Amino acid sequence: MKRRVVITGMGVVSSIGNDLSTFEKNLRNGTSGIRHFPELEQLQFGCQIGSRPEIPAELIDLYFTPLQQKQLQADGVLYGALASAMAWRDAQLAVGETADWDSGCILGAGLAGADVIRDSVYHIDAGNTRRLGSTTVPQTMSSAISAFVGGYLGLGNRVSTNASACSTGTEAMILAAEHIAAGKAERMLAGGCDSGSPYVWAGFDAMRVTTRKHNTTPTLGSRPMSATASGFVPGGGGAALVLESLESAMQRGARIYAEIRGGFINSGGQRGGGTMTAPNPEGIKRCIQGALNDAEITARDLQLISGHLTATIFDAREVELWRTVLSQDSSFFPYLNALKGLTGHCLSASGALEGVATALQVYAQFVHGSVNCEDLHPEISAIIDPENIPVQSLDVPIEFAASSSFGFGDVNSVVILQRFEHG
Amino acid sequence: MDDKEIEEKLRAIIKPYLPEEGLLDGISRETHMLNDLKINSAHLVDIILDAEDAFEIHISDDDAERMMTVQDAIDVIQSHLNA
Repeated sequence: MKRRVVITGMGVVSSIGNDLSTFEKNLRNGTSGIRHFPELEQLQFGCQIGSRPEIPAELIDLYFTPLQQKQLQADGVLYGALASAMAWRDAQLAVGETADWDSGCILGAGLAGADVIRDSVYHIDAGNTRRLGSTTVPQTMSSAISAFVGGYLGLGNRVSTNASACSTGTEAMILAAEHIAAGKAERMLAGGCDSGSPYVWAGFDAMRVTTRKHNTTPTLGSRPMSATASGFVPGGGGAALVLESLESAMQRGARIYAEIRGGFINSGGQRGGGTMTAPNPEGIKRCIQGALNDAEITARDLQLISGHLTATIFDAREVELWRTVLSQDSSFFPYLNALKGLTGHCLSASGALEGVATALQVYAQFVHGSVNCEDLHPEISAIIDPENIPVQSLDVPIEFAASSSFGFGDVNSVVILQRFEHG
Repeated sequence: MDDKEIEEKLRAIIKPYLPEEGLLDGISRETHMLNDLKINSAHLVDIILDAEDAFEIHISDDDAERMMTVQDAIDVIQSHLNA
């Protein structure tokens, strides 16, 4: 028998807010965090716009000592650590002197320490390896984020970093929820982070998957589902959620944002049309159906889908796949929205940011509008009613919501949240 | 720069690495950085690097190994400043 798992704390570090209330306000108002970066222009990037959190020093000082901050020079690690610290505090959990054997974390990362790696290379090539000091390894190892947070919070259960490109954050939530559901932990921090660095974004620029058409119109640049979408806008950030067994949450009277009803993780195997960068459609369909089955709900129970929707040519295919799984006729489709219109594509942080956004919408009963898709792609408007993709935010009842992420390597993850009725 | 000035600068460098805040008050010239200040040995290399930056000197591995007490550190730094 699976144990029930709920969300009792959340933290976000993003270009649209470094606290939940600002983040929610900007979601509701459709306020973009995307801007032009002169450094990208100097580096002659094709895409010179992006999304990166701006964090006041006082906020960092509030959570981390000067010594801890020496280990948080890697911006991606800082975003993830700050989001985790804020989520833990939001859940009103304490940090003890001894290890908490019932609490752990699955915190994902892409290339969170990109800038520290870059600085190290200069020292190494100059024969100055000694200048790397003791903080380079903890910030550049793949598990930098879970290692830092594990120590910061004294976590004594499973402490690990997952990595599955753009699927990372959603995958972390599912892995963590399954661990609690199986009775192996009471609380797990789940989330993801990524650096907002040109040294991460450069590879995507070279692949020509980022937009080059909006260097002078940054807030119009990220256009998921739009007929004029021209590639994604790169971003960095971090988000974390405290997942907790329902028993533990009830016992300590915790505020519950939503219940995690189920989820599914799979891969299309890079077969059947799937490649390193494109999904096997059958894999995505199975992932969506697998999540519905795991949550023990049917397609018609869903009121909201937070799409992966990055503003590339795959948006229409993604909508078509949801439509195929959810309904054989055009009469039914849930609301569908895209966070990336506001934040750009925050890579390994994106699933976690969307997880927080989805939980906020389930908790506060609204659907945030999707910006920049007033000119809906005709292949999308042909298969679902445009009313299902609100441009402005709507206050509507949401019982079940799905948040989905699909990543390089043909990897997929879909998590399903349910409104939690207190009392 | 006299020993007193070096010590002041050194205390500021060491401060963030101390596991407990009160430890800085008890620092004397004889204080042993690992044994008395309970500094994580991994951070000793960072203190050396911070000292290099603060005093604009280069501290060799041999010098670094000699810097066990506060007085040792002052002597090493002084020798480089006078070189």
